[in-house]
Amino acid sequence: MTTPLIRVRDLRVGYGETVLLDSATFEVEQGDIFVILGGSGCGKSTLLRHLVGLDTPMSGEIAIAGIGAPRLEGLVPRYGVMFQSGALFSSMTVGENVAFALNEWTELPPEAILAIVRAKLALVGLEGAEDKLPAELSGGMRKRAAIARAMAFEPNLIFLDEPSAGLDPVSAAELDQLILALNRGLGLTVVMVTHELESIFKVGKSCIMLDRVSRSIIARGEPSRLRTESDDPRVRQFFNRETSVPQWQ
Amino acid sequence: MSHRESVMPEDPIERLSLVVGMLQRFSWERAAGANGATRIQLGGSITIDDSAALWKRISALLAEPKPASPVEIDLSRITLIDGACMALLVHFRGELRARGVACEFTGGTDDVRRIVDLYGGRKKVKQKRLVRKPINAVEQVGNATVSVFRELKLVLDFFGQLVVSVTQALKHPKSLNLHDVGLTMERAGADAAPIVMLINFLIGFVMAYQSAAQLKQFGANLYVADMVGVSMTRELGPLMTAIILCGRSGAAFAAELGTMKVSEEVDALRTLGVMPLRYLVMPRMLGLVLMAPLLVLLADAVGIAGGALVAALSLDVTPTAFLIQLRGAVKPADIFSGVIKGMVFSGAVALISCQQGLATSGGAEGVGRRTTGAVVSILFSLIVLDAVFTVLMGVLGL
Repeated sequence: MTTPLIRVRDLRVGYGETVLLDSATFEVEQGDIFVILGGSGCGKSTLLRHLVGLDTPMSGEIAIAGIGAPRLEGLVPRYGVMFQSGALFSSMTVGENVAFALNEWTELPPEAILAIVRAKLALVGLEGAEDKLPAELSGGMRKRAAIARAMAFEPNLIFLDEPSAGLDPVSAAELDQLILALNRGLGLTVVMVTHELESIFKVGKSCIMLDRVSRSIIARGEPSRLRTESDDPRVRQFFNRETSVPQWQ
Repeated sequence: MSHRESVMPEDPIERLSLVVGMLQRFSWERAAGANGATRIQLGGSITIDDSAALWKRISALLAEPKPASPVEIDLSRITLIDGACMALLVHFRGELRARGVACEFTGGTDDVRRIVDLYGGRKKVKQKRLVRKPINAVEQVGNATVSVFRELKLVLDFFGQLVVSVTQALKHPKSLNLHDVGLTMERAGADAAPIVMLINFLIGFVMAYQSAAQLKQFGANLYVADMVGVSMTRELGPLMTAIILCGRSGAAFAAELGTMKVSEEVDALRTLGVMPLRYLVMPRMLGLVLMAPLLVLLADAVGIAGGALVAALSLDVTPTAFLIQLRGAVKPADIFSGVIKGMVFSGAVALISCQQGLATSGGAEGVGRRTTGAVVSILFSLIVLDAVFTVLMGVLGL
């Protein structure tokens, strides 16, 4: 049995006085593609923000192997994060974005950094894009560049927030392929938030499903097994795209 | 039994509206329905073009005393209805139900029923009206006062964090984003020089011109140099420069950092192990504070030049006489205190604008709100700081 890479115990998250998720306990194994899924407003992205250390939990514990509680400022980035919009620095070129952590945290000369940047961009299928500005890229390319930036410091863990959201089917499928390739080729552990069913079934190895009403994890396991074997109507409704809105007659 | 409403109103405007109503493509008849209910039978085509007439009918009915019997809205004669008019009918039903009058839709073709379903016409849910409690003037003033102190606390908190960051940066000078210091000095300093010069020249010019008539009366023409020199160096030079920096750089910093915040760039920076305070705020603050002495000295010089021009043109004071008089009037302490003032004012501009920018939330509207808030807060702070400086300088005898 492998040691979990992330261990979450009795976590309570939310904003202000509002609790979005309570008593959440789960683990993410090394090499997993772990999907956090659920309907809109259930706290998926909020949970991700807590996992990466952007927000502090109301209570409970998050521990990442070799790091402890997630901490960010002033520390060498030990894991990568891709935001829903990409969040590339708009005043910098794509190459400068990818080189950012290397410039900040290493003594490497510019030529060496450029070589790494080019390799990382090639890895995500963006060869030759280093001199472009983020505004010149399509949505899918921006997300790829954001993954390259998150991968720049050779993390063994990467967090992705809604990677396929807002992309056309071809770009979304290409991004799914990239995630699988990084996971299989580099042994990268991926924690991603999504509600895109195709992505979930294509790349997800394990998942937890959050529920807005009960503010808890209502299902966990392999996505394909949950779809066919879960007895929970909320889980079936999600995986089978059923609706509670009255149908047209 | 059904009957058409046919009471002709006396008011000409109401008559006109009735004629317009007659041209409408739908019919609205009130009749007695089953089990003593009031039936409103709608017919014809009811689209957005008829919405005003429909709304008039609905409003007229709602203005009447509460019906004693249930109301039945019969849709069976409608040939076409669009979403907007259906929404009005659903609203009408909701209003009646809110008054305790049972109301239902009945009849309708398949197409009409689809629209009814789509707009929630089948839902049995009770519409709860959100009643907003009115806030009186005293409460509003109270809220605004609390809000001012809350913002002040946030700015002081931010200042505390910045001091910690500066301490850390001094231990590791390499971690400072020097590239942005230079960039800020160019954008906020060098690029602002022309407007600083123009405004301050005009300030000196206007001040001398306004006082020329009074000084002439007393034969005190030469004292224009004292007045312009001391006013510009001690007060107007630093203050006007800070106001220009507020409008140019303060608003730009708040909008820039606000946009970065709402587009998650600030969060991305944090995930790369970089502190926004050290990377984004300190360079801006340092750049602005370092440029302040140069801008203030420039402002002093051109302001005095504006005064000298008026002195030469209106008061027959030659530039040489003006300069000799100025040397006696303006002491190094006046210039020094103005420069210090300018640096403190610039620090306040950078501090408040960056704090407001990093506190932004809520998309483009939030960026606009915070930018406006930053400019207003900075202007207020500049006046308060100026007053504090004046008292302090008086106490210290400077």
